[in-house]
Order: sequence, then C-alpha cells, then structure tokens
Amino acid sequence: MGTQTSDDLRVHDTPGAVPTLSVEGLSIEFSRRRVWTPVVHDVSLKVMPGEIVGVIGESGSGKTLSALAALRLLPRQARVASGRVRLGDIDILAQSEGQMRALRGNRMALIPQDAMQALNPTMRVGLQVAEPLSLHGGKALKSVAGAATQLLEAVGIARPAEQARSFPHQFSGGMQQRAMIAMGLALAPSLLIADEPTTALDVTVQAQVLDLLRDIRTSRGTSILFITHDLGVVAELCDWVYVMRHGRIVEQGSVARIFRDPKEDYTQMLLAATPSIHGPRRKAGLA
Amino acid sequence: MTEGFDFYRWRLVILGSVIISVILICAIFAPWIAPFSPYDLDYTAMLQGPGATHWLGTDELGRDILSRIIYGARISMQVAFIAAGIGLVFGAVIGVTAAYFGGIVDMVLMRFMELLFSFPAILLAVVLMASLGTSVLNAMIAIGIVFIPGFSRLARAATEVVLREQYVESARAIGMSHGRILLREIMPNIIAPLLVEAAVAFSYAILLESALSFLGLGAQPPEPSWGNMLNTGRGFMAQSAIMSIAPGMAIFLTVIGFNLVGDGLRDALDPHMKD
Repeated sequence: MGTQTSDDLRVHDTPGAVPTLSVEGLSIEFSRRRVWTPVVHDVSLKVMPGEIVGVIGESGSGKTLSALAALRLLPRQARVASGRVRLGDIDILAQSEGQMRALRGNRMALIPQDAMQALNPTMRVGLQVAEPLSLHGGKALKSVAGAATQLLEAVGIARPAEQARSFPHQFSGGMQQRAMIAMGLALAPSLLIADEPTTALDVTVQAQVLDLLRDIRTSRGTSILFITHDLGVVAELCDWVYVMRHGRIVEQGSVARIFRDPKEDYTQMLLAATPSIHGPRRKAGLA
Repeated sequence: MTEGFDFYRWRLVILGSVIISVILICAIFAPWIAPFSPYDLDYTAMLQGPGATHWLGTDELGRDILSRIIYGARISMQVAFIAAGIGLVFGAVIGVTAAYFGGIVDMVLMRFMELLFSFPAILLAVVLMASLGTSVLNAMIAIGIVFIPGFSRLARAATEVVLREQYVESARAIGMSHGRILLREIMPNIIAPLLVEAAVAFSYAILLESALSFLGLGAQPPEPSWGNMLNTGRGFMAQSAIMSIAPGMAIFLTVIGFNLVGDGLRDALDPHMKD
C-alpha cells in the first residue's frame, strides 16, 4: 500500500493502544432467493481511540453494511460469513442479542443519514434524545427529561428546554441531525458510527455539523467511524481514510496522503470526479 | 406551531359525531328518555300510526316504537363498540406481529387470516353464531371475529411501512427491545389508519348485528333490537309501514354517522393535508 511517508503516519495508532473498533477479515453475504451471494469481502479496518476514520465509496460499495455489521444490525437478508469484529475487548459477533442491546446506544451509537426519518414523528424530541438514558439506566423516561435539555444544549440547540418539547417536524434539518447526535452522545459511547450524517443537509449546515463532530472528538475523546461518499467532508474531518469499492477496501491512508498521492486508480478517479474548491485536486495533479 | 381549530377540515367528523352522540345519549339514558317501557303491551293501541301519545306509533302488540328504538340503540351501540374493539385489538396484534417478526410467523398468521377472509362476512357470522349459540354477547364476538382479518391486514401493511422507517432502525441502534419498539415506535405510527377503519367497522357492525337479529340470531324477543324490529315489521308492512321505517331509519342514521366520522377522520388525519 505504498511506502510510508511522513504524512502517511497513523498518529492515533500508538504502540500498545487498543483500537476502539477493529474489524478483521469481515465478509458479508446477502441472500437472494435462498442463494447466498457475498457482497462484502474480507474487510479489515480499525478505529483508534479519539480518531476520526472515514470510509468512502460509492453507493453499494458495502460501506454501510460493514458499519451495520459492527452494530449487528444487518438487514434480515444479510449475514456475516466470516471475520471478527471487536469493540474494545468485546467480541461483537459472539454476543447474545440481549448483550448486544446493552451495548447499542451505550458503548456505541449510530448517527443515521437522514435525521428527519430517524426521529419518531409521534414522540417529542426531548424524550427521544433521553431515551438511551432510560433504556440503559433503567430509569423512567420522565425522570431523564432534564438530561435531554443538557444534551440538546451540548449539541448547540438554542432554547433547549423549550425545543425538547417540540416534535421532530418542527425542527429544521440541521437541528434534527443535532438531535440525533445528542441522542448518540447520551451515554458517552466510545464509538460513534456516522452513516452519511451530512448528506441530507445543505452545505452551511453540513459545516456546522462537522464542526460539532470535531468538537465532540476533541472534548470527549470519542472515536468516530464516518461513512460518506463525499470527499470534501473526508478532507475536512477525517484523520484516516479507507476507500471501498465493490465490497473491498482498495486503499487506506492518512487524509493528507490519499489526497496528495492516491495509489489506486479508483481513488484517483474518485478524486478527479469530485468538484472541489479546495486544493487537493490540483495537488493530486488531476485537474 | 399551535394553530386555531380548523372547522372546515373537521366538518364531516363533527357532523358524524353529533349524530352518534345523540344516539349514544339515547342508548345510555334510555330509561329516562324513552316515554314508555319497551316491553309493556297495550292491546287497546295496537298498530297505531304516529300520533301525539306514541310519536312513532305502536307495534303489533301495542308497544311504543320510539321507546323500542331508543332501547334498541343500546344493543346496536354495545355491539358496535365491542365488536369493533375485538376486531381492532386482535387484528392489530396479529398484523403487527406478522409484519414485525416476518418469515414463518407472518406466513402462518396471514394464511389463517386469509382463510377467515375467504368467507362472506354474513356467512361467517351466521356460522359462528350457530356454533356459539344465539345471544347478544355471542353476536358481538362473532362480528368481532369477522373484523379481525381486515384489521390485521391493515395493521400488517402499515407496520411494513413503518418498519422501513429509519426511526425503527435508530431505535434498534440505541438498544431498544422488541416490546418497546412495538409499543413506542410502531403502534403510535399505525394507529391513525386503524382508527379510521374502526369507525367504518362500527357502522358495519351495526348492519351485521341488525342482519343477525333480522335472521333471529342476535337479540332475542322481547329484547328490542333494530334488526328484529325490522324483521317483525316486515310482516305488517301493509297495515303499519312505520314499524319497518322507524328501525330502518335508525340503522341508516347511525351508519351514516359512523361513516361520516370515518371518512372525515381519514381526510383530517391524512398527512398530506397537514400544514
């Protein structure tokens, strides 16, 4: 995967550090008419503590499936064929469904693509944001309502106490995504899995959400696995990038190196295909 | 955010509710509202037409028809609510379970529902009544069972839609249990179409109960029910048409009332009309 240069060092990968998430040789199969077809092949990746890792690839490249496998939330028609997934020192694939429920939202949280769709339209935002606290803390939902206000405030929602009583459709897209992030942060998980969290947002709001994620990493040391097809977002946010195509990881490297010197043809194509006002495209010599 | 009450949007529901409220009040307060006892015979005043004493006249045994209509509302309303309730509760549980767990559970439950569905409603009700025995309670149960397949299909379809929603996945992603997902994420989001269906089921239950009573399978004489009044009236059509017209109108008005509420609710709860 190319010679290591000074800007291709994985700064978070210090000797002796245990990865927050490590995926080794993960293969996922899909069933179509009872025939199992492999869709993700031998994917290995890791996310170190406090690191923001990007997984980039086009639609259908298996990036979301790989992430869902980490939460053991694969759709009904899919199954893990082989491989290992570890969250810290927990073997995810060996957990019972009940044990998984205790981990989800608690040790790792998912920030979905479309926050509007991800919020229950019939429940007030505050109650939803506080739901992980009640689920994992064993407290009544009403008693954690105060915590919701603090969470909403932490993600930069103005007048949080008032907004906690709103319904999701009364929120703007950016506020909805902030609310989802607040829900994800409720129990201070060590890993956030963000599945294209900014795709549905316009560019200015997108930048705010990215800032927020960066702040979370800095202030709480949370690891973030960031799934996207948007190279601009990767350049802005991530430390380390995996490039996926057709269910395989074709290249990995530091953001700086990938943009400066993409080794794989596919990565070069991706870079060339991205309209960008930043430097990387020229730097890559593809303009 | 908060908006004023939109009378135009709810006009059908309001009109229907007024009709149903009047009938409900009659049903609940029948002993106080009815001018006569529905059972008292008066051989001096048989088959009278509408008049000052008996507003809707008297039947072949001299009983006051208005009083019998008012008491008949009790049976109709009871049957409507309980039968629709049975259909709604069991149908929702079966439909949601089938959709949520899918696979073999879905297969078995829905094939069984289709089996029930394949009988014409009235035939199924008659068969059930024949095996359960004739009584008002059994009529309610039989009509309720007739409703279960319809509700279950609706609940299953609505659940299928909700299951594809991201918020169900997010609920899983924060570690919510099956029970909690069903109760908190799915139920509130499928209840609107089920309630609309329930309003339609009310009117259908009243029709079915009348039909069963007309066939002598529901309320037993001398218990006044709109269905058996209609049946008795049939024999006296030439002498006193009001005996048939009065219970017929009562059924008609009640059915209209529930249908207005059902249609109105469907329109008013239509998310496309939300602003």
